[in-house]
Amino acid sequence: MKKSTEKILRAAENGYLGVILIFLYAPILTMMALSFNSSKSRAQWGGFTLSWYAQMFDSPSIMAALQNTLYIAFMSALIATVIGTAAAIGMNSMKRTPRALLTSLGNIPMLNAEIVTGISLMLGFIAFGITLGRTTILLGHITFNLPYVVLSVMPKLKQTSKSTYEAALDLGASPVYAFFKVVFPDIMPGVLSGFLLAFTMSLDDFIITHFTKGAGVNTLSTLIYSEVRRGIKPSMYALSTVIFVTVLALLIAANFMPGKKKEEKSL
Amino acid sequence: MNRKLLAGPYIVWVIGFTVIPLLMIVYYGLTDASGAFTLANIMEIAREEHAKALWLALLLSLASTVICLLLAFPLAMVLRKRGVGRGSFVIFLFIMPMWMNFLLRTLAWQTLLEKNGAINAFLSFLHLPGISIINTPGAIILGMVYNFLPFMVLPLYNVLCKIDDNTINAARDLGANFFQTLVWVWIPLSLPGIISGITMVFVPALTTFVISNLLGGGKILLIGNVIEQEFTKSGNWNLGSGLSLVLMIFILISMMLVEKYDKNGEGTAF
Repeated sequence: MKKSTEKILRAAENGYLGVILIFLYAPILTMMALSFNSSKSRAQWGGFTLSWYAQMFDSPSIMAALQNTLYIAFMSALIATVIGTAAAIGMNSMKRTPRALLTSLGNIPMLNAEIVTGISLMLGFIAFGITLGRTTILLGHITFNLPYVVLSVMPKLKQTSKSTYEAALDLGASPVYAFFKVVFPDIMPGVLSGFLLAFTMSLDDFIITHFTKGAGVNTLSTLIYSEVRRGIKPSMYALSTVIFVTVLALLIAANFMPGKKKEEKSL
Repeated sequence: MNRKLLAGPYIVWVIGFTVIPLLMIVYYGLTDASGAFTLANIMEIAREEHAKALWLALLLSLASTVICLLLAFPLAMVLRKRGVGRGSFVIFLFIMPMWMNFLLRTLAWQTLLEKNGAINAFLSFLHLPGISIINTPGAIILGMVYNFLPFMVLPLYNVLCKIDDNTINAARDLGANFFQTLVWVWIPLSLPGIISGITMVFVPALTTFVISNLLGGGKILLIGNVIEQEFTKSGNWNLGSGLSLVLMIFILISMMLVEKYDKNGEGTAF
């Protein structure tokens, strides 16, 4: 009797997981299907084609937007990771009150509404005479990426023991050498997941880009938004499918590589 | 070498790119076009079209927050029970959709929900009545739930994983049934995650202008749409900033709630 209720419960749980996963992935599968649809209308299936994939490479606006998106995502994640990791180390040796204050102020872009962050950055740039363009998008993205990096590095830093670092100093290592040889390997997973999180956030951002971009500069998000009224070109679906599949392949390769330590599997 | 100096660039960044820009909104919100002090921009919220947009945004975002919580809590419990463990895999599953552009994912719902869309085709295949929710508030709620559900699942999953099995077993041994354990053990212990999840869904839902634009057919205006138009179309930055200040009251309230219930940051999503 008990066993059969257990079985029913398990089936119900599986069903629930399945429904949620369908809900999450149905739109993505729809996009992928549309990228192979030879009819330009989203409502009709006109047969299989690869022509949108060919058109995507021929479109200068899509290629320019792709380049901007990747450049901003990579650079903002990199700069945020460097500043954020240094900040986490510095904050770790601060007294309680200044650390709490800096944490609260630093977390604002993460907790605040994106529209408010976007507007405030735009007003700030204009007030200080900075022309809106690609650089302002980059600055905006670094701003909202920073708290995510600090948040990923901080717990790892708290787990490291001070004594190994001090032992290295006692044995004659310089502070910088001791840091890179002793502390850094321990916080590496946090740094890496901070970088990946920042990269993902930046890649997917629309709202902050929308307010901080200058005329004529587009990322993929803003290009899509500007096409919504006229109708999205199916080559955009093709590009998104390519990005999605590439990232998926990379993540699977990184996560399931044999012989990888468990701690490192944190994305 | 003083290690605290390493936080220097971050401090400069936070002041230059977070604090000062926010003060700019306060400045614009409290002045008129000539730069004189005024409260008129904030009082504009009482004007019928603005009040209506705020009310609708509150209604829709509350509805989607409740739906997210109801969907995510059982989900997080199942994931915990399965010991999907390796936190990485769950996070992987919920972050992955983000690699497909947010706008395209939301637009895909347009395709799915359309009168001749995939869902109605499926329903008519099953001889069931079709649905027509595209361009209604219902579609906007669906878009909000879809986009922000991961932000509810991840903090809940994180706090639930920290609950010791022995605590649950103790409650059961002492004679508590499933619902008593839920009300007296599960929910109180996961409160930091619940509060953090609620704000992480509520704030972006309340302030969105994209979801309402894409799934509401451009006719349903939320407070986010009104503010966005002031900045991009009408060009009245003072009014836009004033309305943003009103919006920030709700954001501040939710931040304070998190501060109160999630002091140790247990419920953070990532």
